[in-house]
Amino acid sequence: MIPEALALSAVLFTIGTVGVLTRRNAIVIFMCVELMLNAVNLTFVALSRLYGVTGQVFVVFVMTVAAAEAAVGLAIIIAIFRHGQSVNLKNINLLKG
Amino acid sequence: MPAAPGLFYQVHFYLFGLLAIASALAFVTRKSPISAALWLVSVMFNLAALYVMLGAHFIGAIQVLVYAGAIMVVFLFVVMLLNLGHADELSDIRGKWGRLAAGGIGIALLAQVMVLARTRFMPSLQPPTNPVFGGALDLGAVNNVAKPLFTEHLLAFELTSILLLAAIVGAVVLGRRKGVA
Repeated sequence: MIPEALALSAVLFTIGTVGVLTRRNAIVIFMCVELMLNAVNLTFVALSRLYGVTGQVFVVFVMTVAAAEAAVGLAIIIAIFRHGQSVNLKNINLLKG
Repeated sequence: MPAAPGLFYQVHFYLFGLLAIASALAFVTRKSPISAALWLVSVMFNLAALYVMLGAHFIGAIQVLVYAGAIMVVFLFVVMLLNLGHADELSDIRGKWGRLAAGGIGIALLAQVMVLARTRFMPSLQPPTNPVFGGALDLGAVNNVAKPLFTEHLLAFELTSILLLAAIVGAVVLGRRKGVA
C-alpha cells in the first residue's frame, strides 16, 4: 500500500500546485498551500512504515508550522483587506511600477 | 497492517484515496471560498483515515483535531469576518493563459513522478523491502510518537514553542487596527 500512498500524495500535491497557480483569491491560495502540506505529510506517514517512526514525529512538526503559517498568513490577509477592501490578487499590486 | 493486506483493507484504502482526490478536485474548482474550505475539510478527514490505515493512529487523531478542527475553522472564521462567503460575479479563477500554464506545470509534476517510478536508484537509496515499523500495535498509539519526540527530538520540540510564540505575537500585531494601542 506504500506505493499507492506515495502516488496519492503526488496527485494531491499537484492538485494543490495547480490550485495555487489558477486561483486569485488569497484565502483559497492559502488553503491550496495547506493541501500541499497535507500531501507531504502523507508521504512522511507512508515512509515511516519503512524507515521507523521518525516520519510521524516530523508530521507533528509540519502541523505546527502549518498552524503558525495559517495564523500569520491570515493576519496578513486581514491587514491587506483593511488596506484595499479586497483579497483578490488582481487588486494587490502595491509593488507594481 | 499485516504482511499481505486483505481485500477489506485494500478496498477501503482505495476508497479513501479516491475520495481524497475527488474532494481535492472539487476543492480547487469551487468558486465560493466557503464550499472550497468544506471540501478541503473532507480531504483532511479522508487523509486522517489513510493515516490510521497506515498505522499512524495518533497522527490521524491530531489530523482531525488540528487541521480539520482548528486550522480550517480559522480559515472559515476569516472568510466570514471579511464577508467573502459569496462567490464573486467575476470568478477568481485565472484566464486562459494562467490555466494553460498551471495545467502544463501540473502535467510536468505528474510526469516527474512517472519518471521517478521507473528510475533505478543506487542500492543505498533503495527503500528496505520489509517494514521496520509495524504500526501502533507494538507500543501503543501515542507512546510510539511521544518517545522519539521527547527524547531524540526534544530540542526541536522546545524550539517549536518559540515558533508558536512568534506566530501568536505576529498575528496579534498584524491583525491589530491602526491607532488602537
